[in-house]
Amino acid sequence: MAHQSPAEIDNPTFGERFNAVAAWPMRVLFGLLETPFRALQRILGIGRMPYIFLLPNLAFFGIFVIVPLIINFAFSVTGGDELFLNERPYVGGEQYSYLADCGSYLDPQSCREDRFWRGIYNTITFVFFQVAFMVLFSLVTALILNREIRGRGFFRAAFFFPVLLSPVVVALIWKWILLRDGVLNAGLTSIGFERILFFVDPTWSMFWAIFVSIWAHMGFYTLILLAGLQAIPPDLYEAAEMDGTKRERVFWRITLPLLWPNLLVVIVLALIKAVQIFDEVFVLTGGGPGTATQFIVQYIYTTGFANQVQNFGLAAAASVVLGVVLFVLTLVQLAVTRRKEDG
Amino acid sequence: MADAQTASGRSIAGLLTARRGGASWHWTDVFTYVYLAFGVCLMFGPVLWLALSSFKTPAGLLEFPPTLLPLGQIEVEVDGHDKPLPLYKVTMEDGTVRELAQIRRIGIIAQMVDPNDPETSIRVPIASREPIREFRVAWENYTKPLERFNFLTYLNNSVIVTVVATLITLLINSMAAFGLAIYEFKGRNAVMLFVIGTLMIPITIILVPAYLVVTQLNMVNTLWAVILPGAATPTGVFLLRQYMLTLPRDLIEAARMDKASEWAIYWRIVLPLSLPAIAVLAIFSVMWRWNDFLWPLVVLNRSEVYTLQIGLNAFQGELDVQWHYVLAMTVVTLIPVALVFAFLQRFITTGIASTGMK
Repeated sequence: MAHQSPAEIDNPTFGERFNAVAAWPMRVLFGLLETPFRALQRILGIGRMPYIFLLPNLAFFGIFVIVPLIINFAFSVTGGDELFLNERPYVGGEQYSYLADCGSYLDPQSCREDRFWRGIYNTITFVFFQVAFMVLFSLVTALILNREIRGRGFFRAAFFFPVLLSPVVVALIWKWILLRDGVLNAGLTSIGFERILFFVDPTWSMFWAIFVSIWAHMGFYTLILLAGLQAIPPDLYEAAEMDGTKRERVFWRITLPLLWPNLLVVIVLALIKAVQIFDEVFVLTGGGPGTATQFIVQYIYTTGFANQVQNFGLAAAASVVLGVVLFVLTLVQLAVTRRKEDG
Repeated sequence: MADAQTASGRSIAGLLTARRGGASWHWTDVFTYVYLAFGVCLMFGPVLWLALSSFKTPAGLLEFPPTLLPLGQIEVEVDGHDKPLPLYKVTMEDGTVRELAQIRRIGIIAQMVDPNDPETSIRVPIASREPIREFRVAWENYTKPLERFNFLTYLNNSVIVTVVATLITLLINSMAAFGLAIYEFKGRNAVMLFVIGTLMIPITIILVPAYLVVTQLNMVNTLWAVILPGAATPTGVFLLRQYMLTLPRDLIEAARMDKASEWAIYWRIVLPLSLPAIAVLAIFSVMWRWNDFLWPLVVLNRSEVYTLQIGLNAFQGELDVQWHYVLAMTVVTLIPVALVFAFLQRFITTGIASTGMK
């Protein structure tokens, strides 16, 4: 500081100037808010100040999360197509029994609200395959990225970046590839296969729904597993190497047991996300062909908002069902994380 | 040629087989590189394909099989014709190949003309001609939507939602985190439990009642309907509180001694010290808001208030999809996220790795 020339003191760098400009609104805001807060502190005393700091956030929570959570039940036990609760007649458990009215629970066709049951069965199929392959591929990718490879940062970024893309962008990227005249069909015809109309075939649509959602979210789970792998003490591996232990054995005896808590967390997180699948698939397939890729959240959305007659009661009842499923999964998650933290 | 190939083959093989301590090969070594190569293609390929395609003309997009690069047909001015004519390479009946411009096409016969001899027209079957193309970028895919559609409005709405919502989130979340981290007060654990509990309530299960609340507040089809409901993120409170717990308490005690108000302690001491955590939350919030889909889809029904995501979805759902515009707009939607990723990747990955949230 002593040998700084006067010129440098007089001419602040760009960064300093930027900070000065950026700090100005902060200072104004501080001035504006300080007086009322100081007054509040004088009136209430310092002991009540934490409530003041919590108030805005809790107010938002209350209005937009807690109140809706409670009136969701009110919606699910009333009928009609009015939005305001005082105009809706009480119908008791009618919405629920309507949803549950099935000849056989194994056959959506036999249900009065067959779209709901199709949604459930599609969601189960989706969750099963998506979570299984998601965990498998994230694990393999994490194991590979954990090795000493050149350009690891680059490869990690390559697998991670789709996580940041919006579901609409992800869906459009793949839709463009999978269209009738898309590049994938061009590839297929060039090696002598017939064109496949992916979005007309129910099985292919489900396949791509699963594939695209894995493509988009795999990086997130890979990152969690990679953090878990890097937390395994290296001496264990060194000891194994000295003993000349085979790699397969090292994996089954050291890596997998020590990674298991992280793997459980990943499985449960992936389950919670997969049950709520909507965005990418809605843009990619629109739930089609027919109802082949319509999932439970899309059922709630169309029933409550997109259909000609907005059936809020039925949508609310369905979301209560979904809420119960998620609640159970969350309890599992809490148990799993607690066990992980306890070691 | 053969020498060069073997030389390069040897050097690549040498690079791949170079191993620490001369340990022997293991199948996982081969698998690693095959997997990585395949993975990079699978992750980047689709995005590159989108970007390349977005520069193609509508005619170029219709081609099957598609060309890799955006190409456009060369057009030439010919005397006696007002408009430029498309140029073709024509194989004549005697086997010679000539470059001819097409005047019009009648059924399977094309009426062509030699640009150097505009007087005589030549009739050729269309099967014997092939368009002459050059590399051409269709910038109009990007500029047209700006003029013709509400694209700028969508962009504007998305920016407003993202910026305003992130500012509100940062303010109220950091205040709540400050309250929970710095003070001992009655009910603190209850509030903390409440915060963790609400962490698990996704919008998917309260769609209908949340819509009712927003309607009651007269916010449907305004940007506030998208901004406010998600502002009080439990994730943010949790993340900031954990960070603030690590700050030295002496600093706060010293400030109290100097008669600083609680607000001054929050604003002047704790906030600046929590900047790293606030930066992580800011990045997350920007991503959440920019990419938000289901909730805006429910509460925004008029085109003037659409965000980019909703507008893009509406475009791609039209009966006659204008893919050349959709692709270009998708690229524009992707750019902010790509920039965030390029510059702030480290923040994001450490943020996710340490909180397990996104």
